[in-house]
Amino acid sequence: MGPTAARGSRRRGGLEIAFRVGTYLALLLVLGPALWILGGVVARAVPHWRWDVLWTPTKGSSGGLEGAIIGTLILMVGVLLIAGTIGVLAGIHLAELARPRKSGKPSGGVMRTAADVLSGFPSIVLGYVGYVALVVGLHWGYSLLPALLILSIMVVPYIAKSTETAVRQVPTAYREGAEALGMSMGYGLRKVILKSALPGIVTGLLIALAIACGETAPLLYTAGWSGSVWTGSFIGGHQFSYLTYPVWTFYNTSTESGHSLSYDAALLLLVIVLLLLVASRIVVARTQRHAESH
Amino acid sequence: MSVVGGTAGETPAVPPSPLHAAATHRDAAAHRRVLQVLRRSESGVWRWAGRIAVMLPLTALVFVLAVLAVKAAPAIRVNGWNFLTGSTWNAGSGYGGVTHTDGVAHPIGAEYGAWPLIAGTLQTSAIAVIIALLISVGCAFALTERLPRWISRPLGFAVELLAGIPSVVIGLWGILTFGPFLAAHVYPIIADHMPDVPVLSYFRNPVGHGEGLLTGGLVLALMIVPIISSTTADLFRQVPRLPKEGGEALGMTDFEVANRITVPWVRSGIIGATALGLGRALGETMAVAMIAGSIFQVAPNIYSPMSTIAATIVSKLDGAQTDGTGFAVATFAELGLILAVISVVVNLAARGIVHRTSRLGGPVGRGA
Repeated sequence: MGPTAARGSRRRGGLEIAFRVGTYLALLLVLGPALWILGGVVARAVPHWRWDVLWTPTKGSSGGLEGAIIGTLILMVGVLLIAGTIGVLAGIHLAELARPRKSGKPSGGVMRTAADVLSGFPSIVLGYVGYVALVVGLHWGYSLLPALLILSIMVVPYIAKSTETAVRQVPTAYREGAEALGMSMGYGLRKVILKSALPGIVTGLLIALAIACGETAPLLYTAGWSGSVWTGSFIGGHQFSYLTYPVWTFYNTSTESGHSLSYDAALLLLVIVLLLLVASRIVVARTQRHAESH
Repeated sequence: MSVVGGTAGETPAVPPSPLHAAATHRDAAAHRRVLQVLRRSESGVWRWAGRIAVMLPLTALVFVLAVLAVKAAPAIRVNGWNFLTGSTWNAGSGYGGVTHTDGVAHPIGAEYGAWPLIAGTLQTSAIAVIIALLISVGCAFALTERLPRWISRPLGFAVELLAGIPSVVIGLWGILTFGPFLAAHVYPIIADHMPDVPVLSYFRNPVGHGEGLLTGGLVLALMIVPIISSTTADLFRQVPRLPKEGGEALGMTDFEVANRITVPWVRSGIIGATALGLGRALGETMAVAMIAGSIFQVAPNIYSPMSTIAATIVSKLDGAQTDGTGFAVATFAELGLILAVISVVVNLAARGIVHRTSRLGGPVGRGA
């Protein structure tokens, strides 16, 4: 028994060490590349950084990124207006208004499945549909509106889901309290339920914006690319600029200016995404502190 | 307006009172009724806005599927089953004239077989899922069970950040930094030491320049790790403490507690999270289009350049527009339909498993 037990315990000890090393190694294998990507982009973009990139229009594969920066901001505002409104309302409906069925299951089953299917849809296929149906089919041409619609279809399910989760987390006592005070359903919803679900909804919106501003595949065949600032028209073949395009296209041009524009755009994208994610973290942290103080 | 009419209709019953108090009372009642109606209509507004909004994703989905089906129908009729098994991708000659098959116009000599793309999509995703699963579970363990809260929180945020990095930026890093690094320093070591036996010979030379199947799969793994690890970490936090402490009291090592208690407790949740990551990997476009090499072939070894369905759509749709008969664009609809069906099936299965096993209900899906 002695030798076997000794061998067994040595094996167990070996496994234990392998397990410990393995978990830290796994963490390192995730964080290492993440830092490598950030550091790599910063290291290539910063040495050649010129501030006038921010306000110079793109000419061919040189110049600046004025049009693309403004374009990405316009896309974000548009997605916030379209997908934000639809997604938040749909989420509220799923969490609060849809009546439970007799079987006791939550209602809106078909709607929820549709949103799930849509959120798992490959973004390039959505882009293809936008190209075939909106750009060519409706003769809108490469322009802002088809890009906005496709991008919104992409993120609505996400916003609806996070809103639903946030609204569901509001304690039932709040609803009962609102009803006991004689508030109507809508008034109570606005004044009590949405007020306490707001941080969760805002977090979902911020993350959806981070997804939207980093997308390329749904935009390539709906927005096109012009390099200049938005002309103010939504349809009619007025091609539209956005920040992910230079990253995708200019890195394999032969010119030095193309390469540095590619990296500048990548850096700007990272800054925008980082700001959005940090903002969402701050919202979460503030509400958690608020909740713990009660 | 109807409220004012209502109060006016009631007033004749009560004789107009000279008393000031009664008048205020009546005003207050009217005021209250106006507010009441406004509030009741507010409920209606919420209800109807919600009903309309919740219909829109369903409408969009039906619209997307209908467009794909209508567009793909002629391509399906002409390409037939050969589309799934064939390995030729020939748009036909633009000058050779147009012919009709089953009433569908297409250039003479057009022949499409997407097998290399389907195989490539499955191969890159398989590599990504296998690697990402191992790393994610280890990472979730480190974050939930090993490290103290003050350090695991910022590290968790860093992992979340990885999910937020746009896929073109990851592609840019992959093609210019990561791929060449692997081809120069890592792949030769693996390739030189692999024996020439059936499965492992797939890992032998030549290693190429870092654009190919393995690089694509590794980068995809990096992109889906945040999805799997954040869900897994949430699941680990839900495992009650008592069984784990019981295991420790019986003299189990940390590994044994993890292997026999924690992981089995949440196994199906981890499977669901992995399937979600798989769904994302199947549909990922930009990074793979930049890194995989864009060669239409079934990769002869694991380092060879190849392509996937999504990458091919994004890089070749431009050229398909030159086909005057529109048959090339229709073929891309068929390609998109195949990809959509694969990833939707995987996604629904994943959601079914996750939903059944966790009551989290947190937003899961696209990145972040």
